[in-house]
Amino acid sequence: MRPQDLLVPTPAGLCCRLGGFHIDPVRPVERALITHAHSDHARPGHGTVLATQETLDMMRLRYGDNFAGRTQAIRYGETLRLDDVSVSFHPAGHVLGSAQIAMTCNGLRIVASGDYKDAPDPTCEPFEVVPCDVFITEATFGLPVFRHPDAAPEVRKLLDSVRLFPERAHLVGAYSLGKAQRVIALLRTAGYDAPIYLHGAMESITHYYESRGIALGELRLVKDIKKADLAGTITLAPPSATSDIWTRRFPDPLTAFASGWMRIRARARQRGVELPLVISDHADWDGLTATIKATGAGEIWVTHGEEEALVHWCKTQGLAARPLALVGYGEEDESASTGGEDAA
Amino acid sequence: MNRFAELLDRLSYEPGRNNKLRLITQYFREVPDPDRGYALAALTGTLSFKHAKPGLIRELIAARVDPELFALSYDYVGDLSETVALMWPRTPTSSSIKEPPTPHPSPPLATLAEGGEEVAATPSAPLPPPLQRGGVGGGGPLPDAGQGHNKPPPPTLTEVVTTLATLGKAELPAQLTHWLDELDETGRWALLKLVTGAMRIGVSARLAKTAAAALGDKDAHDVELIWPGLIPPYLDLFAWLEGRADKPANRDAAPFRPVMLAHAIETDDFATLDARDFIAEWKWDGIRVQAVSGRDDDGNIIARLYSRTGEDISKSFPDLLPSFQLPGAIDGELLVLREGRVQSFNVLQQRLNRKSVTPKLMKEFPIHLRAYDLLADNESDLRLLPFVERRTRLESFVAKLDDPRIGLSPVVPFHDWATITAARADPAAFGAGDDAEAVEGVMLKRRDAPYLPGRPKGQWWKWKRDPHIIDAVLMYAQRGHGKRSSYYSDYTFGVWTEGSDGDQLVPVGKAYFGFTDEELIQIDRFVRRNTTEKFGPVRHVVHEPDQGLVLEVAFEGLQRSTRHKSGVAMRFPRISRLRWDKPPREADRLETLERMLKTEKVH
Repeated sequence: MRPQDLLVPTPAGLCCRLGGFHIDPVRPVERALITHAHSDHARPGHGTVLATQETLDMMRLRYGDNFAGRTQAIRYGETLRLDDVSVSFHPAGHVLGSAQIAMTCNGLRIVASGDYKDAPDPTCEPFEVVPCDVFITEATFGLPVFRHPDAAPEVRKLLDSVRLFPERAHLVGAYSLGKAQRVIALLRTAGYDAPIYLHGAMESITHYYESRGIALGELRLVKDIKKADLAGTITLAPPSATSDIWTRRFPDPLTAFASGWMRIRARARQRGVELPLVISDHADWDGLTATIKATGAGEIWVTHGEEEALVHWCKTQGLAARPLALVGYGEEDESASTGGEDAA
Repeated sequence: MNRFAELLDRLSYEPGRNNKLRLITQYFREVPDPDRGYALAALTGTLSFKHAKPGLIRELIAARVDPELFALSYDYVGDLSETVALMWPRTPTSSSIKEPPTPHPSPPLATLAEGGEEVAATPSAPLPPPLQRGGVGGGGPLPDAGQGHNKPPPPTLTEVVTTLATLGKAELPAQLTHWLDELDETGRWALLKLVTGAMRIGVSARLAKTAAAALGDKDAHDVELIWPGLIPPYLDLFAWLEGRADKPANRDAAPFRPVMLAHAIETDDFATLDARDFIAEWKWDGIRVQAVSGRDDDGNIIARLYSRTGEDISKSFPDLLPSFQLPGAIDGELLVLREGRVQSFNVLQQRLNRKSVTPKLMKEFPIHLRAYDLLADNESDLRLLPFVERRTRLESFVAKLDDPRIGLSPVVPFHDWATITAARADPAAFGAGDDAEAVEGVMLKRRDAPYLPGRPKGQWWKWKRDPHIIDAVLMYAQRGHGKRSSYYSDYTFGVWTEGSDGDQLVPVGKAYFGFTDEELIQIDRFVRRNTTEKFGPVRHVVHEPDQGLVLEVAFEGLQRSTRHKSGVAMRFPRISRLRWDKPPREADRLETLERMLKTEKVH
C-alpha cells in the first residue's frame, strides 16, 4: 500500500478515504478528526467530531453546544477502528488535549502530528514519539535560526523587568488557549505569587484549564481594576489587544509578547514589542529534526510554515520528503475576538 | 559578556529615552569595573576593531552550516550578525542537554550515538544528537554531567575588548570562533555587533554618558566636561560617580566649554526690547560646533572639534582640524562651502554621519567654520567679557588665523526692528547674497551679554524664518511606540498630482508630531473609523476628493529624493493644524512643491 492510498491532501484538509474522515478540516465535512482546539485546526460545523475530551470541551466553550452534529471523545493511546483504518491519538505536547493522530492500514502507519513541541510544559501531557512509516510534521519554526531557549530564563526576564519598572503595567501578549496558561504556570514556578491579571477573552479557557487540575494561583480580570492599581502588575492578553485601545486602561504599559517569533528581532520590532519572550508551543529546529529522526519514518510530509528548509534538510539525511502545501493553517486573523492562536 | 549582551538586547527594543537610561544606569550599578567601563566605551563609540569585517563572519558561518539552509535563514532574518548568532552550531561543550520529557519507545540508544557521529561528519547538520535539546544554560557532553561543569565560562566583556585590541588579523578567526562557541544566542549577537562596530541600538554617546552621570546624580554635562581626559575603562570616572574619589581633573589641553543657547523670540517680546542693545547675525542652517585648540605639556598644538553637547567629533573632520593653529576656543557653525558659497543643509547632511571620511568626500563637501564667538584666546578666558568685546577679539583672532576654512559670521547692520524684520524676510537683499539659502533666520544678541552656559533669559534670541506650509491629505497611519502604541500617531500624507487616470494623491512625507494630545485622540478616532485596508501595523485611511482628512503640514526645507515616488523629501515636517473644514480636493498639488524646490535651488 502506498501512503497516498491512505491519506491525501485535499482543499478541505488531509483526507483518509479508506477511513472516511478528514484531519483538521478547514471546511465542514462528514467526519472530522481534530488534533487540538486552536481555531485554525478546530472549526465548527462538521457532522461528527472525534477528538480528545479536552479538545471537545474547549471547542464547546468557543463555539457553543452545537459546534458539531455529534462528538466522540478518545483517550490517548486508545485505538478505534474507522472502516478499514485503525486510529489512535497520542500526546503532542502543544496545548492541553493536543494530539497526534496515528492511522494504520495494511501494515502502513502514518502519523499526523498537528502542532507539537518536545519541550516541557506544565500545562499539558508531554510529547510522545510514535514510530511510523510516514510522519507529517509542521514547520512553523522550520529554519535553523529558530532554537528556542529554556522557558524559565525567559520568564525571569519578565520578572526582572517588573522589578526594574515597578510603576509600569506589564502586558504580555499570549495566545489565549495554551500559551497564556503556560506563561502563568511558569510565572508561578518562578515563585511569582502576586495576582495575575487577565484580558476578558482568556477567562473561560483559563478557568477550564484550572478545572482540569492545572493550578494557576490567584487570577483577576482586568476590567474590574482601577488604572492606578495596575502599576507593577502582570496582565496576560491576546496579542492583538496589546497594541489596541484596550491598553489605555494601563499606566505606562510595557508590551511583552510570548512567542517563538520573538527570536527574530525584526519580528518583535514590527509589532512594537519592548520585551520579547521566546516561549513557544511549537517545536524549534532542533526539536523538529530530532523528532523526525526519532519516529524512524522514511518519508516526511511537511506542512504549514517554512517547508522548504525542512524538506531540504530531510533530503540531506536521505529521507524522502515533500511539502504538502495545505492552506488555512497558521493564518487565522489575530484580531478575532477570541484572540488568534495562529502560530507560536 | 552575557550581561552586556542582555543590556544591548533590551536596549534594542526599548523606544523610550528615559527607560533606556534606567536600563543603562542599572547596568552600571550592577556590573563591576572594568566591564562596565568597557561597556560605556562601546556605547559611546570609543572602541573600534579594525580587523573584524562582515566578510570574515560570512566565511566563519559558511564553513559550518549547509549553504542552502544559511541562504534561506539569512533571507528570512535579514541581518547577518543576527542570522549567524542564531544558527551558529552548538558544540558539545556549549550545549546543555535536556532530558526528553517522556520516555521514548524508540529509537534505541545505539541510534543516539550514531546520530552524534553524523553531526560531526556532516557540516549541514548543525545539531545536537537527536532528542538532546539545547538550551541557554551550561551543560556537559554527557546527560549525567552536571549543568555547567564541563563548559568554559563565556568571555567577559573586558576579555573580549582587551584581547581584540592586541590580536593580529591572522589570529582573529580562531579567537572569534572560540567565543562564538562559548556564548549563547544573545551573547553571539552582541559580540558580532560589537566587533563589527554596527551596534544600531538607538543609544547615542550622549545618552550613555547621561546614564553614567545618573549613577552619581550628576548631570551629563559634568561628565562631558571631563570626558576628553578619560580613557576606557574609566575607573576614575566611576570612582567619582560612586563618591569614592574626587572628580577626575580635566587635564586636557583642548577642553570643551558648555555652550550658550538662545530663546525663540515671540512677536510680543519686541515691545520690551530696545534695538540699540542688540547685535544681529544670520542664523546659519548648519551644525553648531566648538573648535578648541591648546598646547599639551610638550608644547604641541592639540585641536578638537566638539558638538554642541560636547561630543568630540574631530574624527569626522580631519580636513578642518589643521586650521586651528592658534590656541583658543571658537563658537561657530559648521557649513559646506563651495566656491565661496555656503551650501544648504541638505548638502551638509551628505557630509555628516559617514562611517569613513574619504578624500573624495572631503573634496566634494569642503567643510568650513563660520565663527561667531570667541570663548578663549590663548590662555585667557573671555567668557565674562561683554559680547561686543568678544566680537572684536574674534575678528582679530580670525584675521590672525588667516585661513580660508575659517570665516567670520557677518554682523547684519540694523537700527530698528523694522529693518531686521525686512532682513529676516529677505536675507539676500540684506547682505547674505548667495549664502541666503543657508540662512534660517536671524540671531539677536545683547551687546553686553557674557557667555553663559545653558539658555539664560533675555541674552540671545533666535528668530527663525517662517516654515513652509502646505495642505496635504492623510493617506496612511501607523501606530506609535511605547506610550503611543495604541494610537495611530505616525502619518503619511500626500498631495495631488496628475495621474494616468485623472488626479491622484502621491505621498510626500511622514510626520509624527506637531499635534496636541487632544488632536492625537481626534486623528486616532478618525483613522479607526475610516480605515479602508490594513497592512500589518499600517492602516490605509480613506483619501478621496471629497472624503478624508486634510493636514496642514509645516516643514523647513525641501530636497529632491529618488527614494520617494513624489521625487521630493521634506525636512523636519510636522502637523501644524488639522483642517477638518477643508475637503481633500482642495489640498495642495505636487506642482506647488516643485515650484518651491526651484526657488530653493536645492542640489
